[in-house]
Parts: sequence; structure tokens; C-alpha cells
Amino acid sequence: MLRDITIGQHFPGNSVLHRMDPRLKLLLTIAYIVLLFLAANPVGLTLCLALLALLYRLARIPLRLIGKSLRPILPIVAFTAFLNLFFITGPGQPLWQWWVFRIYPEGVSYAVLMAVRILALIAGTSLLTYTTSPIVLTDAIERLLKPLARLRLPVHELAMMMTIALRFIPTLIDETDKIMNAQKARGAQLDCGSLKQRITALVPILIPLFISAFRRAEELAMAMECRCYRGGDGRTRLKVLRFTGADWASLAVGVLCLAGIFVTRFFFKGI
Amino acid sequence: MAVMIEARHLTHIYGQGMPDATTALEDVSFAVEEGDFVGIIGSTGSGKSTLITHFNGLLRPTSGQVLVGGRDLWAEPSKIREFRFLVGLVFQYPEYQLFEETVYKDIAYGPSNMGLPKEEIDRRVRRAAAFCGLDEALLASSPFELSGGQKRRAAVAGVLAMEPRVLVLDEPAAGLDPEGRDTILSQIKAYHKQTGITVLLVSHSMEDIARFANRVLVMDQRKIAMYDTVEKVFARAPELLELGLSVPQVTKIFLRLRELGLEIPADVYTMPYAVKTVLEAARAKGVL
Repeated sequence: MLRDITIGQHFPGNSVLHRMDPRLKLLLTIAYIVLLFLAANPVGLTLCLALLALLYRLARIPLRLIGKSLRPILPIVAFTAFLNLFFITGPGQPLWQWWVFRIYPEGVSYAVLMAVRILALIAGTSLLTYTTSPIVLTDAIERLLKPLARLRLPVHELAMMMTIALRFIPTLIDETDKIMNAQKARGAQLDCGSLKQRITALVPILIPLFISAFRRAEELAMAMECRCYRGGDGRTRLKVLRFTGADWASLAVGVLCLAGIFVTRFFFKGI
Repeated sequence: MAVMIEARHLTHIYGQGMPDATTALEDVSFAVEEGDFVGIIGSTGSGKSTLITHFNGLLRPTSGQVLVGGRDLWAEPSKIREFRFLVGLVFQYPEYQLFEETVYKDIAYGPSNMGLPKEEIDRRVRRAAAFCGLDEALLASSPFELSGGQKRRAAVAGVLAMEPRVLVLDEPAAGLDPEGRDTILSQIKAYHKQTGITVLLVSHSMEDIARFANRVLVMDQRKIAMYDTVEKVFARAPELLELGLSVPQVTKIFLRLRELGLEIPADVYTMPYAVKTVLEAARAKGVL
């Protein structure tokens, strides 16, 4: 069950998207997210979804994976849609009403657009992490934030913290799996009972997990010190990011697509 | 003797349907009789751990069946917990599962999950602790204050306290010093002798297997390569070496001596037996 968590997971491959410069991917993803808010009209969102489908196709990522990464946020989506449906009012007659509940056409369109927007947001950002390994991604973040180092922002340290955090997610998931199995072997019941019972059932998992996380942190700090790690000063990279011709082409295509979607904002009414 | 654990055409595939699907077990069939002490050996990645996590229903077979005491584990999935208590599983480095404030409470975790009355839990905790050589005084201390070897024994006691009819251990001696290894393994053997339960022991140490087990199961490339008595398996030393495994040191020496032309048996795998055969051979030659 823990293995099913796919948000933030890398899906190795060798597609155009996998090979694209991570800085470009990151910037285009940010632009895409902004666009989801600027062009939140039916046509704009449809185009966003079409673009997303095309990109997923290009990256050769199975559709089942998207379903898996969207499943955990479905309750949130359903909840917001539900609220929007009942609380957005319009000038005209309500479509349906019962007691204090009224549904207006505006409410319906708002609820649908909002739901699509959240789903497109998650699916789009997942695409970035699917096609980019965490290490490369933090490298890109560090490079992009470098100008901020002048303002005495500890960019390298932040990037290193992120790299370590990302690096340890799978390890800790594995560890959790092992501990859960060990406690289940002693008869732990994790998936039934009242809320209070379920919370107390987590104690035997969380305590060993924290202890092992602290132990790992200590070991890692020791190992880094043994190899003379002393922060970012004068540190060079094994793999230096380079903008290639293909990246310039991707940039052009990306900007064109996003601009096209942006323009819909002036022709269609959105939220 | 009745069959205690049986696997029928057991196959397990991790992440089936995903691009990174890997087969960990392929059509494995074997049976363990009640009261047997089976050593499981195999190189890393041969499927040992996957195999043993099937016995208490932590993993569900992709296809095939696992039977414990003649009952199919997955006939009624809602009752799978019964098998967790019937087959006690001690994972690698089990001390990482300790979590309670006191050793006593930690050992009592399994039995209290079984819903036993308080007196029975108390009896079982003390019995298991005594078996694992944990002093009564230690029961009140925090498990995190114990030494490495004591932690390990406390964790094993936590499984023994459920009084399972089958005990499965995944390298219980890994990472312990020679004395710690000896203590824990001898205690397991003593427990096996006294209670007559079935024991399955995964180990990389051929010496340990030779000393404690009466049957050996050899895993190789997701399948069973050999499953026989200790004598017969260790007599096939060349094949074992080919699988990247080994035989006890004594066996190696005796095989080499045979190669040199001495007339001694090929199935020597423990020290006492080795001494006996050497003395016999010497007497036969009139040296002694």
C-alpha cells in the first residue's frame, strides 16, 4: 500500500521529456501552473488537458500511474467541487433547489472548472517529477536560485537539504514497510477499528521509524564529514547542466503552446 | 509426521503489471514436516525473504497456494491474522521494531494483540524472556538501554511470546559478535527441542545450518535448487559452490582430503563427527 504513493517519484525513461534540461522543465512547469490560473476558462483548460495528454504520451508514462497519483487528492477535489456547487450564486434562476440548498448554473461551471484545474495541476507537476530524477531536479533548483546567493540566502544548503530529503523518501518508505510488516507479524491491526484505535496502532510504527531516521541522519552527517563536506564553496559538479539545441527548440515549442493557451483568456469567460 | 507448512506452485511477482515488475519466486513447491528444523540458504536475491514472508500471510501469492497445518492461508482472507500468531516471523535486524517503554511491554505486544487474559500474557512474557536469556531485572528497563545482543534477544522474545507453532527466523544472528551469535542460536535450538515446534532458519552461515538444522532448503534464482537432509545437501558441495554458496569449513577440508586419496566419508559437516571419522580412519590404518 505504501508503494502506491507515486507523487514525487521518478519514472526512468529516455523520452524527449526525460532528456530535456531540468531547468527548462521546471520553468515551463511553473509557467503551466500560472497558466492554469490565468486561463481558467473552458477552452483554456481543455487545451491544457490536451497538452498534458500529449506530453504524457511523449514521455511514455502509463495512464495507470496518473490515476494512482491523483487518487489521494480525489477527496479534496470532491470536497471543493461540492462546496462550489452549493455556495456559488448567480443572477438567474437556480437550476435546482431544496430547503436552503440552491444550485445555480454558475455554481456548476465553477465546480467543474475548479475540479479540472486541481487535477490538471497535480497531473502536470507529477509529470515533472516522473521525468526528472530528484537529484537532477534539485540541481536545477540550485542553479535557478543561484542569483539569490548574493542576498546571502543559503542556496546551496537549501538545495542539499532538499536533495537529502528527496533521497530519503524511498528509503524511509521501505523502512516503514519493513516495520509495518514486523508489527503485523506480531498481530498489529492497522486498517480497522475506531479512529482512536487506528491512531494508537500507529505508535508501534512511528517510534521505530523516528529512531531509525535519527540514526540515519547521524550516520549520513558522519559520512559527509569523513569526505570533507563543508558546504557549497568551491564545489564543482560531476554533471554540468548544458542547454542544447534540442532544449532551445523545446523552449520555443513550449512558449508557443503556453502563449496560445494564454490568449484564450481574452476570448472566453473563466473563473 | 504431519505436514506443517506446504507451498504449492507458489509464484510471487512484485509490482505486477508495472514496468518494473520482478518475479521473486517461480513455481516453488515443498513441504515441511512438523517438528523439523529447516535451514534455508541461498545467495542474495534468490528469493529467501520473499518465500518466508508468505508463511504468515504478509505477502499474498501471485499464484499458487501456501498451507499451514493443512489450511490454505488465503481461503478466508479476513482470518489471516490467525496465521500471524500460528507462524511467528522474526525479521532481519528485529531490534528495529522495538518501541515500548519497557522490555516487558514490548514482549507483551504480540500476546496482547491476541487478546489473551492478563495472567496468561504475564506467564508468556516471563517464559519467552527466560528462554531468550533475558534477566528478570531487564524487563523493567527501556529496550533502548539494552546492548545490541540483548535488544536482539528481546525482539525474538517478542515473537516467541505469541507461542507460535512455527518459528521462522531471517538471519537472527546477523551483525552479532561470535558470542552473541552462539547464544541466540543455541537458545533457539533449545526452544525447538523443548517445545517440538517447527523452525525455519534463514542463514548465510553454513556452520550454523550444519549445527542446528536437520534439513536444508537451497534457493537459487527464484526456485528451489535442493531440498534434502543436511548430509545429502552438503555432500553435493561442488554444486553448492557453483551456486555461489559454500559448505562448512570442515566439509571443505574433508573433500580436499578425499581428493588427495584418503578414504573418508563425504558427508562430514560437524566438528564432533569429523573428529570421530578421523580417529576411526587412523585406527583402521593402525596409526593409533
